[in-house]
Amino acid sequence: MTDEHELAHSHDHDEHGHGPVLKYSDDSRHDYDETGRYVLMAEALRELLVERELLSADEIRKQIEFLDSRSTGLGAKIVAKAWSDPAFKDRLLADGTAAMTEFNIPMAGAELVVVENTEDIHNMIVCTLCSCYPRTILGLPPDWYKSKSYRSRAVNEPRAVLREFGAIIPDHVSLRVHDSNADMRYLVLPARPENTDGWNEEQLAELVTRDSMIGVSFATPA
Amino acid sequence: MTTEPLEERRYETGDQVRIALTHPPGHRRIPTYIRGKTGIIERYCGAFPNPEELAYGFDGLPKRHLYRVRFNQINIWPDYDGPEHDTLDLEVQQHWLSPAEEDNT
Repeated sequence: MTDEHELAHSHDHDEHGHGPVLKYSDDSRHDYDETGRYVLMAEALRELLVERELLSADEIRKQIEFLDSRSTGLGAKIVAKAWSDPAFKDRLLADGTAAMTEFNIPMAGAELVVVENTEDIHNMIVCTLCSCYPRTILGLPPDWYKSKSYRSRAVNEPRAVLREFGAIIPDHVSLRVHDSNADMRYLVLPARPENTDGWNEEQLAELVTRDSMIGVSFATPA
Repeated sequence: MTTEPLEERRYETGDQVRIALTHPPGHRRIPTYIRGKTGIIERYCGAFPNPEELAYGFDGLPKRHLYRVRFNQINIWPDYDGPEHDTLDLEVQQHWLSPAEEDNT
């Protein structure tokens, strides 16, 4: 239960491989089937873990409570601080995981890489293999982030995907796609909107949306 | 397996590398679309347990050196519909990398 990455792994064994791996039934294709095999397997696993006293029901509940307590508000606070405090921004870009300790946020086994949008660079995040996402700072990912359509198209026609999200990236801007395929988690530091001089961190955080931190959109204009 | 030491680290930021063009069975975290492609080491990420072992309940040791590698989109997708300076980064374990001299695929 420590790392979101591990939770997602079981879904992707047979999508990219070229040989037989583990025989899963056909419903591995149904990402969101709530009556499907995976839901039943998860329930059976939970019951076994509790029955054999490897985990207590209360520990499982606590971890779910922890995950549910994460939300985009946390990410927005981090972004607002980076906009306001250049030294913090430098630390955040140099070592995201270390900077998170200043917020008392454990990265739960993964490392955090923060990528900055500038006049010349726009970053967007995808996990082509499953749904790796910085859950400890943004909460649960949106459903579209886990869809096969986003996961495949974000790497091969990212500008078209961004247009569908309403984000037009001019040709002179480099678009950097980050495939979150292993042990790093990614957070986009959106560009600070204009006309926000003198705003405090609380006011700035209001402009930071979930989608701007995934990189499919921008911070809300002031 | 736990007695093997961590391999020596072989690449630095800026080195040109090629991803192995191979399709071994089993759990792999290197997506098919990037196999055989050439990119540049963007940064060294550290050493992490090998996901190819972890997936089957082994301890993933010895750890593997992990790098972020940056590719030009046009080198991944021949029909890429965007400017030449667009890039894609992903994470690759050292055993999937070999040195590459030419900047093409």
